[in-house]
Amino acid sequence: MVEKYKCQYGSGLDAQTYLGQNYFTVDRSLIPDFLRLLRDEEQFDYCVDLTAAHYPKREKQFDVFWILYSFARNERIRVKTQIADGESLPSSFSIWPTTDWLEREAYDMFGIKFDGHPGLKRILLPDGWKGHPLRKDYDILRQDKEWVQINLGIESGQ
Amino acid sequence: MIDQKTPDRKTSDDHALPNAVPSLTSNLDLEAPDKPYLDSNEIILNMGPQHPATHGVLRVILKLDGEKVMGTECVIGYLHRGVEKIAENRTYTMFNPYVDRMDYCAAVSNGLGYCEAVERLMNVEAPPRAQYIRVILTELQRLASHQLWLGTHALDIGAMTPLFYTFRDREEILKIFEKYCGARLTTHAFRIGGCQYEIYPGFEKDVKNFLAFAPPKIDEYETLLTSNRIWLERTKNVGVISAKDAIALGVTGPVLRASGVKWDIRKAVPYANYSKFDFEIPVGTNGDTYDRYLVRMAEMRQSLRIIEQAVNGIPEGPIMAKVPKLIKPPVGEIYHSIEAPKGELGYFIVSDGSTQPYRLRVRPPSFVNLQALDLMVRGALVADVVAVIGTFDIVLGEVDR
Repeated sequence: MVEKYKCQYGSGLDAQTYLGQNYFTVDRSLIPDFLRLLRDEEQFDYCVDLTAAHYPKREKQFDVFWILYSFARNERIRVKTQIADGESLPSSFSIWPTTDWLEREAYDMFGIKFDGHPGLKRILLPDGWKGHPLRKDYDILRQDKEWVQINLGIESGQ
Repeated sequence: MIDQKTPDRKTSDDHALPNAVPSLTSNLDLEAPDKPYLDSNEIILNMGPQHPATHGVLRVILKLDGEKVMGTECVIGYLHRGVEKIAENRTYTMFNPYVDRMDYCAAVSNGLGYCEAVERLMNVEAPPRAQYIRVILTELQRLASHQLWLGTHALDIGAMTPLFYTFRDREEILKIFEKYCGARLTTHAFRIGGCQYEIYPGFEKDVKNFLAFAPPKIDEYETLLTSNRIWLERTKNVGVISAKDAIALGVTGPVLRASGVKWDIRKAVPYANYSKFDFEIPVGTNGDTYDRYLVRMAEMRQSLRIIEQAVNGIPEGPIMAKVPKLIKPPVGEIYHSIEAPKGELGYFIVSDGSTQPYRLRVRPPSFVNLQALDLMVRGALVADVVAVIGTFDIVLGEVDR
């Protein structure tokens, strides 16, 4: 499988294994097509999780991960891509509907936008909140003071 | 209607007649051209967050046409504590108790998943004796979680008795937890590398007593519900989800199995030492609330089977692997998941080689399963929404993290 796709996509794709877990590092430009291919051709019909990690010192600040599982092959893989701050990704909602809330959470926590998502809004934090807490530059004690004062009527939530 | 003022009892004399004159002003507006009939179009009803049937602080916005549900939207996050952010600011050891507070009805399972994920990242394995202790406690926890689910789910639907029965019997499990690690709910039973505590004297006896005690009790729950006419009416063909939809929506655990997918991580991707035990994966056929009930009831019996095999085979040996005092996994990423009572509970950890996780992601089963609510209640009645929320066995501590 790996060889096949390496030939097809060339340098845009890299496959690695760490601690017995396989993952693909793919270029952002391949994203919707490659994921769709994995579902249709390779039977990765279950999207376990979608998440991200923030590396503020890098040029492309975010790693975005899809964790996929195939019932037919009993195999789990990860797909990983890098995007810059402010760059958006195509939504995988049409491939796996389960990514609906997962993408909303990634947006809520990291501020990553997904194009084509049916209703990209905050999910865990309140709608009017400012900032994306899982970014590394968001301090653990920081909060949207204005929101807390207006909505909770207290000075600080801490 | 004519406004008749009632006499003020405090000021009027006991024997004197009330001196209030009936008012002659009318509130009837006879001049109004159109009588205000109530609008019978679709209405938006807000259920929760403070609603007993939502099992915590879940808010469901329902669009209703009469009693029929036209659509739903879940509003979550009322219990959001930023667990993933906290993890980035704690060491691996310090974060261990926090995982118990996510799915607080199955704290032991959460702890197992987390400890195993970090162990895999560090490339250590818990010794066999610790593995056995872990399996016994985790399966007891699964039973306790299912009992809690059954009691509250039946209560939501209107059967009150099972609640008292299940809570009475769950107490026996909590007593074993309390004797083992001192806590009943947020147990913090396991450590990275094994178990902190050796089993107490009489642990095996307690577990064996429970093994004799539990099966008749499960029979008892079944006599109350399995062929109960009201239970059947309220659960059969309610909240149906097909296997295909369940997979597309990422639904896992008993909800997926009730739709006919024979998939359990304990068998598919074995962790701990589950591959050593003999047990079945119960599956349903219709994917309705009743099948999910049957699947969980069968799972309780299978858990007892696993516990029985495990408690008779606890090997001698250490309970902790050689783990450094300061846990510093090498640079890398790991995704490890276990079959929690609610479904696939995964931990995705990115390590940068320091004592704190660079990024720790929890893949909570309840959060992902809850997405299927809309599909399952569309076209059903309002009363069924309560049944379907109950059948997911959601815990809001895990949904919101």
